[in-house]
Amino acid sequence: MISALEDTLKALASLEPEGTPVWVKSIREAARVRAHQTGFPNTRQEEWRFTNIAPILGLPLHAAAQNGRTVSARDIEPFKFACSGPFLVFVDGAFRADLSLLPRKTGIEVDSLQSCMKSDSAALHKHLARHADFDANFFTALNTACFQDGAFISVADNVTFDEPVQLLFLAVSGKPGAMSQTRNLILAGRNSALKVVESYASLTDAAYVTNAVTELVLGEGSRVEHCRLQNQNKNSYHVATVQAVQDKDSHWLSHSISTGAKLARHQIQTLLNAPGAVAVLNGLYLGRDEQLVDHHTVVDHAKPNCESHEYYNGVLTGRAHGVFNGKIFVRKDAQKTNAKQTNRNLVLTDTAVIDTKPQLEIFADDVKCTHGATVGQMNEEALFYLRSRGISAAGARQMLIRAFAGDVIGRVTVQAVRVKLEELLESRFDPAQI
Amino acid sequence: MTKQMLEIRNLSAGVEGKEILKSLNLSVKPGEVHAIMGPNGSGKSTLAGVLAGRGEYSVTGGSVTFSGSDLLEMKPEERARAGVFLAFQYPVEIPGVNSTVFLKAALNECRKARNAEELDSFDFLKLVKEKAKLLELDPSLLNRSVNEGFSGGEKKRNEILQMAVLEPKLAILDETDSGLDIDALKIVAGGVNKLRRPDNSALVITHYQRLLDYIVPDFVHVLAKGRIIKSGGKELALELEARGYDWLLEAEKNGNGKP
Repeated sequence: MISALEDTLKALASLEPEGTPVWVKSIREAARVRAHQTGFPNTRQEEWRFTNIAPILGLPLHAAAQNGRTVSARDIEPFKFACSGPFLVFVDGAFRADLSLLPRKTGIEVDSLQSCMKSDSAALHKHLARHADFDANFFTALNTACFQDGAFISVADNVTFDEPVQLLFLAVSGKPGAMSQTRNLILAGRNSALKVVESYASLTDAAYVTNAVTELVLGEGSRVEHCRLQNQNKNSYHVATVQAVQDKDSHWLSHSISTGAKLARHQIQTLLNAPGAVAVLNGLYLGRDEQLVDHHTVVDHAKPNCESHEYYNGVLTGRAHGVFNGKIFVRKDAQKTNAKQTNRNLVLTDTAVIDTKPQLEIFADDVKCTHGATVGQMNEEALFYLRSRGISAAGARQMLIRAFAGDVIGRVTVQAVRVKLEELLESRFDPAQI
Repeated sequence: MTKQMLEIRNLSAGVEGKEILKSLNLSVKPGEVHAIMGPNGSGKSTLAGVLAGRGEYSVTGGSVTFSGSDLLEMKPEERARAGVFLAFQYPVEIPGVNSTVFLKAALNECRKARNAEELDSFDFLKLVKEKAKLLELDPSLLNRSVNEGFSGGEKKRNEILQMAVLEPKLAILDETDSGLDIDALKIVAGGVNKLRRPDNSALVITHYQRLLDYIVPDFVHVLAKGRIIKSGGKELALELEARGYDWLLEAEKNGNGKP
């Protein structure tokens, strides 16, 4: 196992970008050592009890590289949202300037991380790989040790940027085991506002692996909406960590919409690091066939008077397996915390499974924390009601699924994304499938 | 003789092996309003459920013909499209399903089945406004999720509004009066009366005579222990109000009360 790990790390580290600053190299090295110590997670570990990554380890893991197939603007069109903001395209982990749109705008810097590393900046030095903790998470450590490229977005103080920035990570390589290590850094200055849509999709059926880490740093009074869409092919694997750090009075609206991949594991985390910060964690997962979709969320209330609202809904059919683990920490200091968490699951077949677990650790004594999880089937009485008015059984089921998912989709403020999601939902649960 | 709209012959049905309806017979002609009354547990709601196609009931014998077709062979949505409408005793709250979207889809399914052209949003809203005005109902009921957070009265009014929009041939009102205050009752009954036409019929299921002060039936049937034990004109309802059901049950036991 150790040598397999060593081989993997070696194979994946081969793409260290040229011009990587020395300080980044030393973080990489620390992460590599840590990954080595931690080792691949297994189901004996509490954090990985329900999610067995053995199939990933069974693949001939190697660093993804573009292998000849050309990608044109036409290929990426279906994945582009009807937005006019910056659009960054990464193909098999590599930035493609030719497919991207990087309009120069004042107050916002959007570029590939590689190019930012070349011109090393104070902001980069302060934040890159400083927030997503790689001590406890193997995949975060692996990404930190081996990351190849990703997006760097920085909004200046007092700048409101309305048009969402879109990041598209597209897999094209046909090789099983091709692994891309994607790294994004999003910085929001004081009183700034920003929307980012980060989507993962495939132009191949290959069993490739994405290991993505996104760090977000929200300055005082900033508002950031981060919409993560994972719709990879059904043979692929997706592991992700999103770590936000929130300053005073900042507002983070996080969406994680996960519909694709054979196995998807998402670690969505925020640190409410100063009073008045608000986090809204919104999630929707759709599983079918043999898919496994796992969300582990962590809301860390470190300071008083912060609020968090968490809404995760899942729809599972076939033999799909859903996992939701929602941790809320309320530190000793974090008086007057208001934390809410709900996880609702619609399980459409006898063979689909959901493991849901709220986990509250509260060390302060004057707080309001609530959580609730539900697992249910389609409401038969509601189905009959709709049918008794002339709507077909399949149509009625679809209406109820859309209503269930619509709750989450409705919180996405970017209309173009909502429209896409509605379409996806419709095609996903076509009458023949449910 | 006018053709029957609904012909129920020797209908036996039950739930989980327990027989509730026992060889029930009933005929309804176009334009007629029939009231079904009876004590609790007599099978009134089972009858409504069996006619609308509720899945939990199984039919163990007999037949139901609706406008010449075998109703029992049809799925609930096919019955609705053929013109059967059940106003629910307990309308279901369906969060997240917009009432307008739902009712428009339902109407267009029914229109398709009748080979009528589907209505677009504009024409649909126009129709809804007309019907709401006719029934003195507030069309804003349809801006919300289906029945979500509605009061009991609003739910029943919404049922009548749906009925007005779908224009069924046979409306089955399952205890539509239960839980209604007198004003709501008047509005609901007034709505049903305004929708009466020579070519459509109604089956009004109620526990109380009060509703029949407002919806005047052509026939009144007493359902007890799964069978109709007495039928008569509208005056039967008054007699039931005055004397209760016991005398009929007694007579039935002695074999005198058969219709």
